[in-house]
Amino acid sequence: MKPRQKRIALIVGGLASLTLAAVLALNALDSNIALYVTPSEVAAGKAPQGKAFRIGGLVKEGSIKRQDLTVNFIVTDTAKEIPVTYTGILPDLFKEGKGAVVQGRLGTDGKFAATEVLAKHDENYMPPEAKHAVDQAQKAQAK
Amino acid sequence: MGDHGRFKGCIGVSQSLIQWFRYASPQSFYPLAGRMIPWFWAAAAVFGVAGLWISFFVAPTDAQQGEGYRIIFVHVPASWMSMFIYLVMAFWAALGLALNTRVSGMMAQALAPTGALMAALSLWTGAFWGKPMWGAWWVWDARLTSELILFFLYLGFMALQAAIDDPRRADKAGAILALVGVVNIPIIYFSVKWWNTLHQGSTINLTKAPSMAQTMLWGMLLMALAFWMYSIAVALTRVRAIILERERHTEWVKHALE
Repeated sequence: MKPRQKRIALIVGGLASLTLAAVLALNALDSNIALYVTPSEVAAGKAPQGKAFRIGGLVKEGSIKRQDLTVNFIVTDTAKEIPVTYTGILPDLFKEGKGAVVQGRLGTDGKFAATEVLAKHDENYMPPEAKHAVDQAQKAQAK
Repeated sequence: MGDHGRFKGCIGVSQSLIQWFRYASPQSFYPLAGRMIPWFWAAAAVFGVAGLWISFFVAPTDAQQGEGYRIIFVHVPASWMSMFIYLVMAFWAALGLALNTRVSGMMAQALAPTGALMAALSLWTGAFWGKPMWGAWWVWDARLTSELILFFLYLGFMALQAAIDDPRRADKAGAILALVGVVNIPIIYFSVKWWNTLHQGSTINLTKAPSMAQTMLWGMLLMALAFWMYSIAVALTRVRAIILERERHTEWVKHALE
């Protein structure tokens, strides 16, 4: 092998082993990289015990109940639900039927006391008229 | 010239390939870069003006996020650029390492500051977007964290190169760092798919139609083109300065500056 080919082989081999190492490391870290767990994972006992964590899901339609600055709502992944209570200011995009990520602790009564509520929006961008049309179409299909 | 001797071995391959290898020598690349720079600046200006005009005046308000979504027209092109420049930088670094071509290392060195700028811009506009929409400037989710690591990789590359006096050795050390960091690029790109993140998924995908109104998409693509042209123009300007600095002892540089 010429020195040049040797160097190319070394680079390719190095990159390949590096990729393998990264894949293995990321696989091992998998659950720690996730920002939040879903309500189903909480129900399955996969949530960390005795410390703060985040739950992500949709805010259930019709579940938001306000009392002064305290808000009660339900976070759902359509399979399981978790009631959440939070006192503080909510982001503008926090709405029923939309995504949210809540951070806090799970109480013994099964209620999640949140210290922070973040809104998670989707990757779709459209003008209000188009959004209206999409909503109408979805309603028509549901009937 | 030592370079000519090295490339004699390639003559059997193809004549056009040699034509390209000619530009691996700083002396012939310097004027070529000089001729290309004004064109890239002009293209950057045209695409930038068109892109900004569409972004601000033509693209409709978003149904969910109102006017605030318009930061996407800077945020997404900057993020794409920060990842793409790293790939290009790593490509030049690998080429320099494998073939010992001198301009390759200089190209990698010239690209790093622009890449760092794009990564910083992506993080900064992201924070400004995250606060009103998500309710947080920053969260340690996989997308944001891996982009921050990309920013540090650029800074590390620049620091490492600057710390070694001998340019050829600096190129080699930098190249290895750049190649190691390449693993991070697919992690950034696929992070929103692989893990639960606060950051939303990709709007533009190779496998499905973009989930974005047509005019918004045009604005974003024009801005991305403007960022491309700007990055090329700046990198070429920088590589010319690096060539002059490294070759300052040669005859041709003395003549070039007269």
